[in-house]
Amino acid sequence: MSDPAIKVSHVSKQFGDTQVLRDISLEVAPGTVSCLIGPSGSGKSTLLRCMAFLEQATSGNIHIEGEPLGFTDGPGRKRQSPAELRRVRSKIGMVFQQFNLWPHMTALGNVSLALRRVRGMGRAEAEERAMKQLDKVGLKERAHHYPAQLSGGQQQRVAIARALALDPTIMFFDEPTSALDPELTGEVLSVMRELAAEGMTMVVVTHEIGFAASVGNRIAFLDGGRLLFHDTPEVVFAAPREPRLEQFLDTYLDRGAAMLK
Amino acid sequence: MTWKLFSLLLEASLMTIFVSTVSILLGLVMAIILSGLRMSGNRVAYAGAGVFISFFRGVPLLVQLLLIFNLLPVIGITLPSLATAIIGLSLCTAAYQAENLRGGFEGVAPGLIESAEMAGFTKVQSFIWIRTPIALRVTFPALVNEAILILKASSLVSVVGLIELTKMAQNLSASTYQPLPIFASAGLIYLAINLVVAWIGRRAENALPGLPSR
Repeated sequence: MSDPAIKVSHVSKQFGDTQVLRDISLEVAPGTVSCLIGPSGSGKSTLLRCMAFLEQATSGNIHIEGEPLGFTDGPGRKRQSPAELRRVRSKIGMVFQQFNLWPHMTALGNVSLALRRVRGMGRAEAEERAMKQLDKVGLKERAHHYPAQLSGGQQQRVAIARALALDPTIMFFDEPTSALDPELTGEVLSVMRELAAEGMTMVVVTHEIGFAASVGNRIAFLDGGRLLFHDTPEVVFAAPREPRLEQFLDTYLDRGAAMLK
Repeated sequence: MTWKLFSLLLEASLMTIFVSTVSILLGLVMAIILSGLRMSGNRVAYAGAGVFISFFRGVPLLVQLLLIFNLLPVIGITLPSLATAIIGLSLCTAAYQAENLRGGFEGVAPGLIESAEMAGFTKVQSFIWIRTPIALRVTFPALVNEAILILKASSLVSVVGLIELTKMAQNLSASTYQPLPIFASAGLIYLAINLVVAWIGRRAENALPGLPSR
């Protein structure tokens, strides 16, 4: 059997006295979409950030396509060299809740900068590739706009294009639509649907239960830093025997959970 | 006060503009480097930058200029007064500009650095391409302000023997016995230069793209 795209082994995370993640283990198969759901403060964003090594797990390991991320394998937990971290991490593209576009650059500049400065491409080649990605998210004609001149939904699509331009095999989404008005949420979700349909390995922290149910291959439900469920949407949503999950899903009934089978 | 005298003042003001412009730009480059050292996470670099900034902010510019002017020959370096003036002014403004920039660097949202990190930037790359341009935009008004201060402070470099606007005015008033019209003219020329600097600064500020309007 081939390596899982992402393997989380016994990850715990503590902020001071607060235990945010408690011994979480899960695997994400290549080409699948995993959605992390749970009430706020359940640790789902922290888990995703640990998976990208933006946050260091207090204990436990992350493997990306079989390679350790952040800490080296073997006895004693040693930090990877920055170069090694960058190499393993280059397989991951990340999309943030707050978009995090660089405000001093146009959409095109945001998408092409890393191609030029990290990948060492020439300007023409980098911009051509960036244009292709912007076209893919439907924003070719906004290429020369600055982030401040774009709507939230457009900014998030630029952020997706920026991550995709670097050819990741895995995409992480940290509440990608939580900062958006409901009517702008759809355009971002449809870009993500397309990406999933193309077979991108995705991990999505989301409150969009409808999206999770229809696009997710696996649903991980976190509560109080514990991974309570990690299963197919059919199992998780059809028969939520777990009272915490039932209670959580009830709060979403008015937001489309009623459509679920 | 003749046209002849006034044109001599104008000519000397070119030196004022030259010395100030070069010093401000050199100082800006040094200030960015100082900021980088302070944020490098290296304790020695941090302390070194701190000492530099404290010294050049804490010691009067006039004293700094006299120190450089008298110290360098002792260690066997003789520089023309133009170079001495530029070194003195740029070291001083570097310290102030580093402090101005600090606020700008601290204001860069951590998420912007994280997105650079995820895009594969090294620390140095994200300092050069993300942090610095954003900090420069945010602190641009302070830079214009510093440029005006340095233009005026450049009157002090006459002590190292450079003939700029103030020194020329002193020379002319000593030889013509007309201090009042001459210094009034010099003052007006400083004012005119600074009005232009402020005007250009405002225009440039509005033209800077993508300044977050928070």
